[in-house]
Amino acid sequence: MATTGAHAEPNYIAVFWWLLALTILEIAVIYMPFTRLVVVILLVGLALTKAMLVALYFMHLKFERLTLWIIALTPLILCVFLILMLTPDIFPS
Amino acid sequence: MSEVAVMHHAVEPAESPLTPESWGKLGMWIFLAADAMSFGSLIVGYGILRYASTKWPVPSEVLGINLTAFMTFLLICSSVTMVLSLSAISRGDMRGLKKFLGLTILGGLIFLGCQAYEWTHLITERLPEFGFSFSTHLFATTFFILTGFHGMHVTGGVIYNSAVLVACLRGRYGAKHVEIAGLYWHFVDLVWILIFTFVYLL
Repeated sequence: MATTGAHAEPNYIAVFWWLLALTILEIAVIYMPFTRLVVVILLVGLALTKAMLVALYFMHLKFERLTLWIIALTPLILCVFLILMLTPDIFPS
Repeated sequence: MSEVAVMHHAVEPAESPLTPESWGKLGMWIFLAADAMSFGSLIVGYGILRYASTKWPVPSEVLGINLTAFMTFLLICSSVTMVLSLSAISRGDMRGLKKFLGLTILGGLIFLGCQAYEWTHLITERLPEFGFSFSTHLFATTFFILTGFHGMHVTGGVIYNSAVLVACLRGRYGAKHVEIAGLYWHFVDLVWILIFTFVYLL
């Protein structure tokens, strides 16, 4: 967790190839004869992996201190709360 | 070295241990967290509406994914050119900065062009074919709100990056400013990755 500028530059081109490969994989998944649940789990997993790659390497979060991690994770936690609070609307008791 | 540090503190006397790098970066992260909540609410709202609807078309059939896959590829490429422009200006390579930041801006513009084409095509041809219109079904409403909100962010990013490029070439901005602009641009890319999955593929 050194200050920015002090860390070694990550291999951006490698991250690019990973993002490209995961995108192709995502498109392949929707043509596969999987059940709906499997497709949803795979696609959400792949999308979150890609989002994490962008945040960790392109946005340098991997090399940042705790403060920025807390800021970055706050909206995620709030979104989970949002889903929990809205779920009763879809499944009325 | 200590002289530099003293100079630095003279410029920003209120520098805190929270963010020794810069206040600008902390500010951008706080803005992005707020912006992530806006996108998060829209995406969660979309999910809830979709789940609660009895009739929902298969998005990939109506929207088509070839053009969108290309747009995703374009944004990923422009994110790469953005980090390359940061590493160029960090080395003091102004030609590299001009080339890569210019390419980033170009990528954003092509993305917007594709989106304008896609919207026109959907509104005038594709949606009526499936019995929808711009405003009659939640499918169309959520689609246009989500992609529209994102498109406005791309527009903002193109203007922001252009302003940063001009300021850098005039010597008023440096690597620090390019890094902060990069944070915004990568966030826009990150959100598109999620929209591409949730709106087009799922």
